[in-house]
Amino acid sequence: MPSLGSDMEAGTLVEWLKMPGEAVHRGDIVAVVETQKGAIEIEIFEDGVIEEQLVEVGQTVPVGAPLARLKGTAAPAPAAPPSAAPMPAEQAVPPPAAPSAAPSAAMPRAMPAREGVPASPAARKLAAERGLDLAGLAGSGPGGAVVLADVEARTPPPQAAPRKAKPRGLDLDEMRKAIAAAMSRSKREIPHYYLAHDVDLAAATAWLEHTNAAREPAARLLMGALFLKAVALALRKHEAFNGFYGAEGFTASEGIHVGAAVSIRGGGLVAPAIHDTDRLKLDDIMARMRDLVARVRAGKLRSSELSDPTVTVSSLGERGVEGMFSIIYPPQVAILGFGKVVQRPWPLDGEIVLRPAVTVTLAGDHRVSDGHRGALLLNEIDRLLQEPEAL
Amino acid sequence: MTPDEARAVFFEELGNIAPEWDPAEIDPQEDIREAMDIDSMDLLNLVIALHQRLGIDIPEADYGKMITIDGAVTYLVAKSAG
Repeated sequence: MPSLGSDMEAGTLVEWLKMPGEAVHRGDIVAVVETQKGAIEIEIFEDGVIEEQLVEVGQTVPVGAPLARLKGTAAPAPAAPPSAAPMPAEQAVPPPAAPSAAPSAAMPRAMPAREGVPASPAARKLAAERGLDLAGLAGSGPGGAVVLADVEARTPPPQAAPRKAKPRGLDLDEMRKAIAAAMSRSKREIPHYYLAHDVDLAAATAWLEHTNAAREPAARLLMGALFLKAVALALRKHEAFNGFYGAEGFTASEGIHVGAAVSIRGGGLVAPAIHDTDRLKLDDIMARMRDLVARVRAGKLRSSELSDPTVTVSSLGERGVEGMFSIIYPPQVAILGFGKVVQRPWPLDGEIVLRPAVTVTLAGDHRVSDGHRGALLLNEIDRLLQEPEAL
Repeated sequence: MTPDEARAVFFEELGNIAPEWDPAEIDPQEDIREAMDIDSMDLLNLVIALHQRLGIDIPEADYGKMITIDGAVTYLVAKSAG
């Protein structure tokens, strides 16, 4: 059971996608696990053949417990590599032979799912409650996944749903608990400092408009892609903001995996990683963003996307917020915020002119860096955004 | 394309983008970004879907015309006629 965040202690296996005897390859999705962050697809990081499944569907096991045994390996293989997130002492991993926790009451043991039928957890729960076989339902979600609406359509609820956003595949109450735990720990343990820096976006805005004007809608870029790339490139020079703080202090990450905060309708948020953001072209970053948003909406995130972010970037600009003062997601050591792009009076060549501008904020961990280094990071992001064609 | 046809297409694609909501329950003059928690990525995906389905060009400068249901219906009818 991989750790998908410092606040995660256990997960419930809700589906096996690979059976004993099946060959698996690095990167394959082998199982689906229900966590406070929703249903997460578990990838495997070794090649081999599944010899034995050590956890049954519906079983809740602690982080670190092996899920399956691979042929050719001396020990039960974890379904994910050790998390980059240091484990708190109280999350000591029990030995594989330790009895697992009782099956979660919230998740039925017997899933009415045919092996391999993609479906959101909410759809699975409702299907189980109503005795429906997911294999017999037409899925309207991404990749043909059966979503809650598909199950509801088969057996309409007794009364109309209220006019309220309903999360799909996510338990927002559980997610709120996870956010509360992580943010409380952050505020308790991390001495935050905050910086704000206004960036002239005239060049970036003009470049984006020019670029998108010649493109089909599906190939267009959003300003957010430029922000992510600028942050990632700036972190190459300022590694004190890219990594994790654990018992041994700060460890810089070799890769730059920016966690892009995505809000969830109805409440909650996740910040899945865009791996090696600094090495991706803007088009690739945009494609990853679109994919992540689609899968967040469908509750289909992958384990590595939740465990790997080395820094977080968030934005509330679309909701009118001009400056963010965020809380660091431990064990990360920095979070950057982008506000609304607004027209501001800007001194230029001895005159005051109107320019599109954005306020970029940094919340830094004072155990690792100080305001001076933070200011240099923000200056570098500013410099990079002045040359959007080079991003 | 008639206004009713445009509305039906818009509702269907909007529903695909934000399936948590029933577009028919939204005030047609209300900003869908606020009413349905639509962000820029959702709006882009909506434009992509409409472009692919109807074959009409929707430049970025026109996105602002599609942030209400009534505005989008008017826009789609005009674009399909032109």
